[in-house]
Amino acid sequence: MDAATVLTERQSQIYRKGTSPFAMECNKDSLAGAISQRACVFCGSRVVLYPIADAVHLVHGPIGCAVYTWDIRGALSSGPELHRLSFSTDLQEMDVIFGGEKKLYKALIELIDRHEPKAAFVYSTCIVGIIGDDLESVCKRVSEEKSIPVLPVQSEGFKGNKREGYAAACKAMSRLVGTGDTGGISKYSINILGDFNLAGEIWLIRDYFARIGVEVVANITGDGRVDDIRRAHGASLNVVQCSGATMDLANIMKEKYGIPTLRVSYFGVEDMAESLYEVARFFKIPAMLTKAKEVVREELQTLLPELNRYKTTLTGKKAAIYVGGAFKAFSLVKAFRLLGMNVVMVGSQTGTKEDYEELRMITDDGTIIVDDSNPLELSSFLKEKNVDIFVGGVKERPIAYKLGVAFCDHNHERKEMLAGFKGMLNFAREVHNSVMSPVWRFVPRRSQEKDND
Amino acid sequence: MHHYVSTTNACKLCKPLGASLAFRGIEGSVPFLHGSQGCATYMRRYIISHFNEPIDIASSSLGEKHAVYGGAANLKLGLRNVIEKYHPTLIGVATTCLTETIGDDVKMILHEYLEEFGGELSHPQIVSVSTPSYSGTHMEGYHAAIRAVVEQISKGGEKNETVNLLPGFVSAADMRYLKDLFCDFDCELTMLPDHSDTLDGQAMNDYPLIPEGGTRVDAIETMGRSLATIEFGRTLEDESAGVSLQNMHNVGLHRLGIPIGIRETDIFLSTLSKITGTDIPTKYSQARGRLIDAMVDGHKYIYGKRAVIYGEEDLVVGLTSFLTEIGIQPILCASGGKSGKFSKAISSVVSGMPWGMPEVHENADFYDIEERARELEIDLLIGHSKGYSFARKNNIPLVRVGFPIHDRMGGQRILHLGYHGAQMLFDTITNTVIEKKQNDSDVGYSYM
Repeated sequence: MDAATVLTERQSQIYRKGTSPFAMECNKDSLAGAISQRACVFCGSRVVLYPIADAVHLVHGPIGCAVYTWDIRGALSSGPELHRLSFSTDLQEMDVIFGGEKKLYKALIELIDRHEPKAAFVYSTCIVGIIGDDLESVCKRVSEEKSIPVLPVQSEGFKGNKREGYAAACKAMSRLVGTGDTGGISKYSINILGDFNLAGEIWLIRDYFARIGVEVVANITGDGRVDDIRRAHGASLNVVQCSGATMDLANIMKEKYGIPTLRVSYFGVEDMAESLYEVARFFKIPAMLTKAKEVVREELQTLLPELNRYKTTLTGKKAAIYVGGAFKAFSLVKAFRLLGMNVVMVGSQTGTKEDYEELRMITDDGTIIVDDSNPLELSSFLKEKNVDIFVGGVKERPIAYKLGVAFCDHNHERKEMLAGFKGMLNFAREVHNSVMSPVWRFVPRRSQEKDND
Repeated sequence: MHHYVSTTNACKLCKPLGASLAFRGIEGSVPFLHGSQGCATYMRRYIISHFNEPIDIASSSLGEKHAVYGGAANLKLGLRNVIEKYHPTLIGVATTCLTETIGDDVKMILHEYLEEFGGELSHPQIVSVSTPSYSGTHMEGYHAAIRAVVEQISKGGEKNETVNLLPGFVSAADMRYLKDLFCDFDCELTMLPDHSDTLDGQAMNDYPLIPEGGTRVDAIETMGRSLATIEFGRTLEDESAGVSLQNMHNVGLHRLGIPIGIRETDIFLSTLSKITGTDIPTKYSQARGRLIDAMVDGHKYIYGKRAVIYGEEDLVVGLTSFLTEIGIQPILCASGGKSGKFSKAISSVVSGMPWGMPEVHENADFYDIEERARELEIDLLIGHSKGYSFARKNNIPLVRVGFPIHDRMGGQRILHLGYHGAQMLFDTITNTVIEKKQNDSDVGYSYM
């Protein structure tokens, strides 16, 4: 199978648990012509900053980059919704020849006057990197004239992959942090990093933290606000979800303000509970830990009986996972296990060596672990492992569906809340409703199985 | 309309996306973008959200050093890898703003490449097209790719009885309909492109790396020998695939509007009838009769309703033509395109019909459209999914047509063309108006 589907240069990025030695390569540039599922630096920056709802997000470049990211995420806001608009300088041939700085300046002034945002982010795209527009100086000028932060995001598409985009986004945000008033912030306070409020998840998480007596200073970036980020340095702890996206900011804040970092995940029962316990332990207040245990107990009391109903029908089914960052994959492996299901393939676009080592530890023998995969490989893995459900994003969906495999969207476009205890139930329901649908009886894969019986 | 510097919520997509869609409609072909990885991935995602079909677009995945030293090596490597794994019969290479700006000479690189590898057995054809995103929209990219295919593949020779059809970017259902229609005319057809199967395929047992269907490359080769070419679009550039076939191989060209509604379909069918010498089949005259009967039955529900029509220029022209036929008043016609021919095309299809000329705006975005539409008292929006936020804010019903439709199922199966398509559009539009009235009414009438 491998010989037909895996390009020679990619073989080192695929590992089957149980075979030795474990020497997976990752964090490589995508191979030309391999049809990677990855996007670009700009994409990385755009997805991280996107949910900041009271900022103008201006994409400096030709129209494509802006239009393909218009209202693309399910990131909700409890107030302003500027983030759902798509702003572009829509560079034309003449701008490319003579430079786009003037147009950028005018566009910024126009948009700031029109929308009165709390800040503006200006994203650099491939072409801006080539024609050499000085974003920094245009942003500085507009910032002075309009008295709001105007922040360049150095996200030229070709300068790496999504990871570099995350770093550029964090760098831009780090210029906001430290510029706001931290008065009145509780000692027991945190920033939530790496939750993007998809389908309202951060509201759920904030509620859990409120119930154990922890104040949230800034959401970074789900339902995010510029002024909150400006005072984020007043928090006692950065609680970071989503491995790649916001860790850089946490590191910068650690160095500059001495704020420690806690890595968590809100997906799945165990990881959600552990997140609350860890935060409570950090503050070293026994009462807080007791409260955390109460919250978990209360939530599980209603959750577990319902979860068990799904488990009965899902036990023994086989799951495959392909996500952007590997950290989410850890939680998904555990979540599937809780449902009695077996993970037979797991991969990510941008995992690190440590991530893949961790995946090797938590998966069963025979599980395929893959870095920066493509439709050709993914489809062959789905078939080989006779998978019942595939978890991924929009680009993975047609691969599953075309082959007659159930699918769960766990990417930033989803409209279902999958984090927290409530999210675990939604996840189980979504997996159940897809796996148990009668439509699979009619797809060629299953009807052929029947013929063979 | 005020002209703003910034673009907000664009009513257009970028050029390489159009080229990718066009290449996808050729049998055995893989679209290939010469640029950074993100372009291919974003476009795949965007296209998937409409078609719900796999669309593998390859990329030369350029990185920082290629932006400095040129992308030739990666382009060649990418082609090798695609050929090794996909076994295509054709690779359509489209440039992006990155590779246009760093000045990669793709034609020369491909020439070098073919000297190195082109002699191999069953080596695919490689077609290249220049599609910098900073000039033109996805429609210019689409038409440029079709033109490049025709110019780089078709040959001349003894004439045959085939008719070439260049339908432009219409739906998969439209393309199936056109193929059936030519069949009913007993006419050999080469339609370029044809994504009726490639972007609306069946459930499979194996992942189709290259989905079945599409215009056959050997059929494209003989397009220069065809009896005539029919090319849809009233706003096409002066240069086009149809014009190239005429200039290169002396194939007579009939440029028509996209056949939406009665008059544009009449023109199409009578043209085809003239070319083929075949009478219009009864099936179509009956469909026309039924359509008119339905229009009579429903005319009161929609008369005088004020509509905004937006999207690709030629689609808007066709829809506007149809709306005037059924008594809906086109108030504002808008497109992100700027062919310079939009206004004239609208004028020619509304001429002689009630109400006269609507406002026409090219190079418009949704900020412009919404700003103007708010002042114009609108009853109905007709266009793709991107008008939804405006429709929702203002409680105006939206009839979804064209591309992209990513908040409903089945965008690829909407039939817009011919009398049959007009019938479906008529029913949908009329029912949308009726439903709005029913929902807004205190009574809740259960009969119309």
